[in-house]
Amino acid sequence: MLDTTNAPPPLLDVRGVTLQYKTRDHLVTATYRVDFSVQRSDRFILLGPSGCGKSTLLKAVGGYMAPTEGEIQLKGQRITRPGPDRMMVFQEFDQLLPWKTVRQNVVFALQTSGKLKGRAADEKAMQYIEKVHLARFADAYPHTLSGGMKQRVAIARGMAMEPDILLMDEPFAALDALTRQRMQEELLMLWDDTKFTVLFVTHSIPEAVRIGNRILLLSPHPGQVKAEINSLPPNTDRSVVAALEARIHGMLFADRVEEDEHV
Amino acid sequence: MSETALRPEIVQTPRGAQDFGIVEKPLTVFERLYNQAWLRKTFLIAVLLVVWELYARHLDNPLLVPTFTDTITAWWEGIASGVLPDRAWTSLQVLAIGFSTGVVLAFILTVLAITTRIGTDFLETMTAMFNPLPAIALLPLALIWFGLGVGSLVFVLVHSVLWAVALNTHAGFRGVSQTLRMVGRNYGLSGLSLVLKILIPAAFPSILAGLKIGWAFAWRTLIAAELVFGVASGKGGLGWYIFESKNELDIPEVFAGLLTIIMIGLLVENVVFRTIEIRTVRRWGMQN
Repeated sequence: MLDTTNAPPPLLDVRGVTLQYKTRDHLVTATYRVDFSVQRSDRFILLGPSGCGKSTLLKAVGGYMAPTEGEIQLKGQRITRPGPDRMMVFQEFDQLLPWKTVRQNVVFALQTSGKLKGRAADEKAMQYIEKVHLARFADAYPHTLSGGMKQRVAIARGMAMEPDILLMDEPFAALDALTRQRMQEELLMLWDDTKFTVLFVTHSIPEAVRIGNRILLLSPHPGQVKAEINSLPPNTDRSVVAALEARIHGMLFADRVEEDEHV
Repeated sequence: MSETALRPEIVQTPRGAQDFGIVEKPLTVFERLYNQAWLRKTFLIAVLLVVWELYARHLDNPLLVPTFTDTITAWWEGIASGVLPDRAWTSLQVLAIGFSTGVVLAFILTVLAITTRIGTDFLETMTAMFNPLPAIALLPLALIWFGLGVGSLVFVLVHSVLWAVALNTHAGFRGVSQTLRMVGRNYGLSGLSLVLKILIPAAFPSILAGLKIGWAFAWRTLIAAELVFGVASGKGGLGWYIFESKNELDIPEVFAGLLTIIMIGLLVENVVFRTIEIRTVRRWGMQN
């Protein structure tokens, strides 16, 4: 299943990772012995229905929780805690600091993490704010922005840090359908620009096919790898895309006869 | 299938606004004035003052209720002679010491409370025990421990400020969303730096509410404590001023003292705290 012939050493290596967390009265196994590896400039998608542990897996890569079994390595270094080399973009709109303007939000990230100081931080921030077309709103406070604009700021902030890998946890899930589609296109354009590496969590098959170049399919309760497949390049013929979506749907829900999949 | 007949489609072009009458109409002068909250409140106060003046004149007993004009005259004389500003200044100095000490202690307690579990237990137990305890009830004990003077006043002030501020700050910290904490940790922040750079600004609405409550508690406690034993090394505060004036049966001066207390309260609430609110939580859209 994994093609390891003459591949360079992976940027991110997830090996046999079992993740467990405690609720009030249960010990929940979120994922069981998950393996995958991400290469530089991958748009790697974690796809699965709710309860497959994809968000938990992303949090573990982010360093917010330690695996009970297995190991996660970034550039050969074991991940032990959160850090600015793995920037997170969350689903929630409240991920921006409300007491800082758009520009200050990006600058604060750069300065606090010790990446850049003073004028250099300011210039880098503006460069990425322009990339997401928000230069006009650089001095606006987050509460005056729409949901889509807030997510763009979060993406600009993540990219301005120029992390080894960008971790995106369903960043477009709370947006309306039209905005979501635009954001997906913009993300791809940004990728064309800088070829950043992104690990992207979603439960939407069309989104996975559109954004990713490599898709990891997870089964639920607990999350286990079902397949790792290649996606299609942008502007592929619609019928080919539809066929891949149908194939993924079949793989994810093979054991369930009737499943209401909403995108 | 063909039960509904095929209906024609409708496409229209919206007309320009100049084609029809009023889209927006300015409000009348009265409506606009009535929309100003401060104007309505000023009007209410003016009405109350007129009622007071009329009642006092009708009663005609300055020992019970002096008229508003007498009170204002006494107040103005107090200001002009420098006695009232001096007394108010003394009170405010003690207040500043007590209030800031209380806030610093509250900050230390809440930081301990959110970083350690035993700290949480400590804060919860202490606030449960001491928050309902009126500061004035501690005054006799304070007198024994610290004697007559600023020490006792500061002690009761700290007690009145500490628990209210700590309780609100702690509640505010706990209310900070998990996402924001994770964002802070993503930048490599942890421990005290996470508290200072993420939790305090994120919990600022609750902290500010705590500071307001703490200030009101402290101001009340101070005046009440001064009434009991206001004079320390010959310099009394506003509470002492009222007590003295009562002993001399100079009731307009008692009223002037109360008026000063109310005015300082209004000033702090409407100028100091309002300014902080407008520049912070309102600007950030955390409060309307």
